[in-house]
Amino acid sequence: MRNIKVVFKRELAGYFATPLAYVFLVIFLILTGVFTFYLGGFFEREQADLQPFFAFHPWLYLFLIPALSMRLWAEERKSGTVELLLTLPLSMTQAVTGKFLAAWCFTAIALALTFPIWITVNYLGTPDNGVIFTGYLGSLLMAGAYLAIGACISAVTRNQVIAFVVSVTVCLGFVLAGFPAVLDVFAGWAPQALIDTVSSFSFLTHYQGMSRGIIDLRDVIFFGSLIACFLAANALIVDLKKAD
Amino acid sequence: MIEIEHLSRHFGSLIAVDDVSFEVGRGEVLGFLGPNGAGKSTTMKMLTGFLAPTSGFARVCGVEVAESPIEAKSHIGYLPEGAPLYGDMTPAEFLSFVAEARGLANGMRQNQIDEAVSRLQLESVLNQRIETLSKGFKRRVGLAQAILHDPDVLILDEPTDGLDPNQKHQVRSLIRAMAKEKAIVLSTHILEEVDAVCTRAIIIAEGTIRFDGTPEELRARSPEGKLDEVFREITTAPAAN
Ligand SMILES: Nc1ncnc2c1ncn2[C@@H]1O[C@H](COP(=O)(O)OP(=O)(O)OP(=O)(O)O)[C@@H](O)[C@H]1O
Ligand SMILES: [Mg+2]
Repeated sequence: MRNIKVVFKRELAGYFATPLAYVFLVIFLILTGVFTFYLGGFFEREQADLQPFFAFHPWLYLFLIPALSMRLWAEERKSGTVELLLTLPLSMTQAVTGKFLAAWCFTAIALALTFPIWITVNYLGTPDNGVIFTGYLGSLLMAGAYLAIGACISAVTRNQVIAFVVSVTVCLGFVLAGFPAVLDVFAGWAPQALIDTVSSFSFLTHYQGMSRGIIDLRDVIFFGSLIACFLAANALIVDLKKAD
Repeated sequence: MIEIEHLSRHFGSLIAVDDVSFEVGRGEVLGFLGPNGAGKSTTMKMLTGFLAPTSGFARVCGVEVAESPIEAKSHIGYLPEGAPLYGDMTPAEFLSFVAEARGLANGMRQNQIDEAVSRLQLESVLNQRIETLSKGFKRRVGLAQAILHDPDVLILDEPTDGLDPNQKHQVRSLIRAMAKEKAIVLSTHILEEVDAVCTRAIIIAEGTIRFDGTPEELRARSPEGKLDEVFREITTAPAAN
């Protein structure tokens, strides 16, 4: 636990040591604003909720989260510091977890900074704040899944650009898995079980409930186990690839 | 304190380290010599638990590295090749990160850091981002990190590479001063360094040990006592087997 904290602290400080953190936060806030107020028709809907705000998160994360996760291991391997990190008396699990939690905590900070939208909706009407809170939780959980995928992929390469592009593509797969257009591709030939499996991996399906205020344990387990699986893969990949 | 037995490492079809065995005891400073690509760094990486050996094993303070890596690593101070560091941190931040990761007790931590800082004369750059430091200072931060927890075993991969003559002298005195209570392995391309700090030298080429003895014995191999001639002769001879 203490070791995880040490890695976590360094990693989180690392975000703020470069302009990355500030660029990310500003762009995240601008984009949530644009999506919510213009594309989402926040005012036109005349409803006191944050539906348009949460609805865009899967798309926003698709590009922004890989930008956060791409450096996690790729940079460490490129600069050789992975050798330093992994010869400290820490376990691989601690290193992987600490780094992941730092990135996750950073997205939590970004998400928390969207509070003016929450204030706005409370000022304009009387929303159900329980629903909004659940929405935030769901969004954070989904962000964790994006991050775990991105962290795992960033361990495969020492090139951050490749890590970014591949992460976006894989995450896109997870987002689109629930779309009719994608499922139609399978519809003609694949057994129903396969189609169900594909659609059950969709981020959108699992996120939808929570973004509307419904906590379904299955969704929580889905994201939780996805994170655990990708982090386990992350640890394995770092171990296998650290030599080259 | 260091025991290496029949250690080998393959990279695909390349045999980087081939059945290397040696021991280093307390008070010894072992100079690890050999041409580029000889397998020095690879051996050190296996010794410090970064790379898994293809076969054979390494033991540090009686602990087998592959079996209990965390315990073994806690006995070792390691300067990896090229002294990789987190460029976005300052030496002060970096050293306190390493001190925490090494689990140094809260009260002792600052003392240990101050000690390492003064031994490597880092006072003037403590709060400057590491990526803006000169090469020599980076190397010294890497060294400070390695000696921070006063380890029993020090593994230094080219510790004096990139240092000016004064600093080279400084670091060599530092190594000599620490030698009594530690086992130290250092790799170098500077043959005089072996004379200056090492109690023993191992020359390795193409992954195998070609010479193992004291610097005097090494020198005695050449009629004129020229180390570089001996080195060339030993490392260019075909492997004896
Ligand atoms: N990750 C790797 N993948 C493939 N080959 C490798 C890898 N690491 C090292 N090698 C090869 O193993 C051999 C030994 O390399 P090593 O770095 O141990 O040499 P060295 O003795 O430290 O050389 P130098 O004096 O140049 O530092 C070299 O031929 C090198 O190309
Ligand atoms: Mg080397």
